[in-house]
Amino acid sequence: MRNVWIVTKRELGAYFGTPLAYVFVVIFVALTGAFAFFIGNFFERGQADLQPFFSYHPWLYLLLVPAIAMRLWAEERKAGTIELLMTLPISTGEAIVGKFLAAWLFIGIALVLTFPMWITVNVLGNPDNGVILASYIGSFLMAGAFLAIGSCVSALTRNQVIAFIVAATLCFLLVMSGLELVLGFFRSWAPSFIVDAIASMSFLNHFELISRGVITLPSLFFYFSIIVFFLFANAVVVEQRKAA
Amino acid sequence: MAVLVEADHLRKSFGPILAVEDISLKVEKGEVLGFLGPNGAGKSTTMKMLTGFLEPDAGRARICGISVADRPKEAKARLGYLPEGAPAYGDMSPRSFLNFIAEVRGFDGASKYAHVDAALARTGLEGVATQRIETLSKGFKRRVGIAQAILHDPPVLIMDEPTDGLDPNQKHHVRGLITEMAKDKAIIVSTHILEEVEAVCTRAVVIDRGRIVADGTAEALQQRMPYHNAVAVRIAAAEADRLAAALSALVGVERVERLEVVDGHIRLRALPKPGSSIAADVGALLRDQSIVVEELLVERGKLDDVFREITTSSEGARYA
Repeated sequence: MRNVWIVTKRELGAYFGTPLAYVFVVIFVALTGAFAFFIGNFFERGQADLQPFFSYHPWLYLLLVPAIAMRLWAEERKAGTIELLMTLPISTGEAIVGKFLAAWLFIGIALVLTFPMWITVNVLGNPDNGVILASYIGSFLMAGAFLAIGSCVSALTRNQVIAFIVAATLCFLLVMSGLELVLGFFRSWAPSFIVDAIASMSFLNHFELISRGVITLPSLFFYFSIIVFFLFANAVVVEQRKAA
Repeated sequence: MAVLVEADHLRKSFGPILAVEDISLKVEKGEVLGFLGPNGAGKSTTMKMLTGFLEPDAGRARICGISVADRPKEAKARLGYLPEGAPAYGDMSPRSFLNFIAEVRGFDGASKYAHVDAALARTGLEGVATQRIETLSKGFKRRVGIAQAILHDPPVLIMDEPTDGLDPNQKHHVRGLITEMAKDKAIIVSTHILEEVEAVCTRAVVIDRGRIVADGTAEALQQRMPYHNAVAVRIAAAEADRLAAALSALVGVERVERLEVVDGHIRLRALPKPGSSIAADVGALLRDQSIVVEELLVERGKLDDVFREITTSSEGARYA
């Protein structure tokens, strides 16, 4: 646990040691706001909630989270520092979890910095703050799931561009899997339990549930199992590289 | 003496390429082992297996008697490793980077800062301690790598080309550092600079195509050269035949070579039979024959030549 925290601390420090952190936070806060106001018709709806704000998070994460995740392992491999990291008395698992937590906390910080949206909606009306809190939790969990996928992909290559594209594509498929566009394709030939299984993999469905204020066990389980599964796969990839 | 590093029939291939075929060696406390070999001979791969970065296909590596594969954390805790090219997190300063290493190595509070300060001082990094590592010169970057390797004063130090790309002063400094630490550690230094072996190593291991082709002191390696202890004399060309005949008659002389003729002078080289020293005899002979000597030189046999001979001969293994 101590080692996990040491790695997390170093990684988190590295984010703020480069312009990456500031660029990311500014863009994230600006885009979430812009989407909510201009596309989500925040004012015109005349409702005191953050629905238009949160409903664009999956699409923003699709672009921004793989950008954070792509460097996690690919950069270590490219710079050769992975050789340093893996010959320190740290286990592979500790390194993976430490790096993941740093990136997740970083996204969490960006998410917290969107608090002016929350203030705005509270000034303008009486929103259900419980729903807003649930939405923030849901958004954070979804970011974690995207991140775990991105981290795993990043360990597969030393090329950050490849890591970005592959991770973004995988995340896109998981987001889209709940839409009729994808389900319709399967419905025509696959048995219904497969269609249901694919639909239940959808990030969007789970996120919509949570952002309506319904935090259900299956949704929590869904996000956490995605995170655990991909971090485990990440460990397998890193160990595999050692043996190859 | 305690064996601190042990490689037991290590073997590693990458796809179809056999990088390390079979390497076994032991390094004791107090030894500085020079790991020599041409590029691609398997030096780095062997070191990566010793440090636990790569898993060997077969064989076993032990640090202080601890199996690297079975108890990696304990083995790695006893090890300082400078990877090739001295990688470090470029966006950190040497001080914050070393703080991170010290924490990973289990130091806290005051002892953490004491170890970091000591490592900075030992490698002469105090002046740049707060600069970003990526803005430092190559020599300083290398020193950052060395600082992180020696920070916890490990019993085993493995350094992959620690002086590569450094200027002569920096090389001298690093070699001084290695010699200074040698007494109570087992140190492995890979290099393809042969003067380094003569300067710091108590033992040299030459590897080629994934196998050990020679193992001994620098002196022992030199003795393999036919020109080791050969005596070259420069005399007037007219005297050449007389002296050559006399030299050939000496007991310890294997044969005599005639070298270049310049300005009416010729150089002759007398090669000794293996293990014999002929300098004194040649000197006495020259006095007896009253030959005027322009120049007299006892050749040592350059390590470079040994290296070339061992690693280019198709049957290099016969030296093992």
